[in-house]
Amino acid sequence: MPRILRINTRTKEYTFEEPGQYAKLGGRALTSRVINKEVPANCHPLSAENKLVFASGLLGGSTAANSGRLSVGTKSPLTGTIKESNSGGLFAHKLPKMDILAIILEDKPAPEDEFSTLFISGDKVEFRNCADIMGMDNYPAHDKLMQTYGDKMIAGMIGPAGETLRTTATIQFTDPYKRPARSAGRGGVGAVMGSKKIKAIILDADTNEKVAAVDADAFKDSRSRWVDILRNHPVTSQGLPGFGTAILVNIINEAGALPTKNFRYGQCDHAADISGEKIAETIQARQGKTTEGCHVGCVIQCSQQYNNAAGEYVTSGFEYETVWAFGANALIQDIDDIAHLDRLCDEKGIDTIEIGNAIAVAMDGGVIPWGDGKAAIELVKKIGTADPMGMIIGNGVGFCGRAFGVERLPLVKNQSMPAYDPRAVKGVGVTYATTPMGADHTAGYGVCQNVLGVGGNVDGLKKEGNIELSKNLQVATAAIDSMGLCLFVAFAVLDAADGVQIMADLVQSWTGQAFSTDDLVNLGVNCLKDELDFNARAGFTAADDRLPRFFDTDPLPPHNVTWGITAEELQGAKV
Amino acid sequence: MGIEIKCFATLAGLEPENAADYPVSEGETVNSLLAKIGIPAEEVAIIFINSVRSFADSPVRDGDRVGLFPAVGGG
Ligand code: SF4
Repeated sequence: MPRILRINTRTKEYTFEEPGQYAKLGGRALTSRVINKEVPANCHPLSAENKLVFASGLLGGSTAANSGRLSVGTKSPLTGTIKESNSGGLFAHKLPKMDILAIILEDKPAPEDEFSTLFISGDKVEFRNCADIMGMDNYPAHDKLMQTYGDKMIAGMIGPAGETLRTTATIQFTDPYKRPARSAGRGGVGAVMGSKKIKAIILDADTNEKVAAVDADAFKDSRSRWVDILRNHPVTSQGLPGFGTAILVNIINEAGALPTKNFRYGQCDHAADISGEKIAETIQARQGKTTEGCHVGCVIQCSQQYNNAAGEYVTSGFEYETVWAFGANALIQDIDDIAHLDRLCDEKGIDTIEIGNAIAVAMDGGVIPWGDGKAAIELVKKIGTADPMGMIIGNGVGFCGRAFGVERLPLVKNQSMPAYDPRAVKGVGVTYATTPMGADHTAGYGVCQNVLGVGGNVDGLKKEGNIELSKNLQVATAAIDSMGLCLFVAFAVLDAADGVQIMADLVQSWTGQAFSTDDLVNLGVNCLKDELDFNARAGFTAADDRLPRFFDTDPLPPHNVTWGITAEELQGAKV
Repeated sequence: MGIEIKCFATLAGLEPENAADYPVSEGETVNSLLAKIGIPAEEVAIIFINSVRSFADSPVRDGDRVGLFPAVGGG
């Protein structure tokens, strides 16, 4: 049975443990249980008492489609809440092949100590000198790591933003194309890694144990039905692979819910210029790739490779959220500028949503002009350096608001909102308000029912039905994150009668432990309970579930709707 | 005066030439409109009329803006 690897970053000691109380957990359910049990809720996120957990899901290491997502858990330096940040890349499927269920980084080195790279090979963990890549951007640093450890190594690493403890710092993971292009993006998990002075964790290519389903025949059957479900739904078989996630620019704009100019309007005049259609057209003209997977075994393939006018690679995983944040919310019209910003965020190791919104706040505060892509690029380049402006921007929207005197701050629990205005997509607004994560769309994607007509229809402009909707989605999402599945499977599962049963069958046949659909639901419920329990002990109350007041006072054009859901009503969305 | 029609993603090629000012008749619905233009109804998954989520039987009136999408998702 896979083990838990605990590494003390101060003493450099490590142990491989039996999973014990954490057996039968995976992914987010595992990271959140560890954090809730082992980390004092009121500790400072950058202190020695905080921990950083990397876990594969229950289906990690398996050949079930789309099961290679990774959960990174900690107490967030951005929100002060518990955090699970989810990433693609090759890390999650690799851990079980090293007989590892989860890696837990503990304690922290003395201030005068140097950063290290952790090299994990066989049953050994080595702290290695990493002076040659300190301060370096992620892509060149990743190339250097490949030279040192072989080009089949798999890394999780921080960039200059993580080294300098910025609260928007990500952890970047090796993708199937030998690039550090996938990120555990939200909540500043990279700053926690930086506080423990770990520049990168390297998983040795040569440790590669065979893993197999306990009940191979049943697993094979479930696996093929699972692929059918994903291949037969129009969203997961055509929409996502055809245009990527940025297909949403036009539709959310058409719905009047595309937050524009720091959440002032629901529609953006230049939406067509930054749309998924436009991006796909540009990629084709420049011989990029319109479809690609973020990990081996993805049959949906929502990612892509975006090239510049000269046909050279610029970025991949060029997501809707990123395009929206810089394009609509900060009014940048040039898609090449936005692609450049996306790459810069991966290079510095920062969350594109939080930074895009921080740039919009900087524009609102008059620091740079609205829509000025080149000025935004110059600001983002400062992140991870000793430049005070880089320090401010790199700490996200709440910090920028104070620094620049801006009152319009789209925050919940100090994490800024993603690409759907909560006034017009109330299902996801309820999620922003009530998820233990701070404003996060992935925690309960009510956009499905409010806008996309997937899994039923609930009016996003009205309160009715949206609290219940968000609650159910939050439970389902926590379960999906705990199995290690990509959240996008939900589009297909919501419309397939046997979708939940097949997911449960996959887990049961892979692990050999009885796992019913009730167990699946309970996995999600208990995960959320751990998270809410931690947050309550950290001092969060119902008052922290409110949206900022301007959502109640300022109607959002074109529908001219306000938010109008009280903190009391919102409690109904919690388990 | 007519309506404005916008077809997105895989439907873009089916947008009629006079999409900016398309004539509608009394009692027009999304369904009758699709039939008139020649867009297969089963390819249209999401419909907006003046930015409001609408459905196959929703009425279409002069001056409306109609947005048509195939099944899409993201996030
Ligand atoms: S659908 Fe997209 S996010 Fe999900 S596993 Fe595939 S490439 Fe990754």
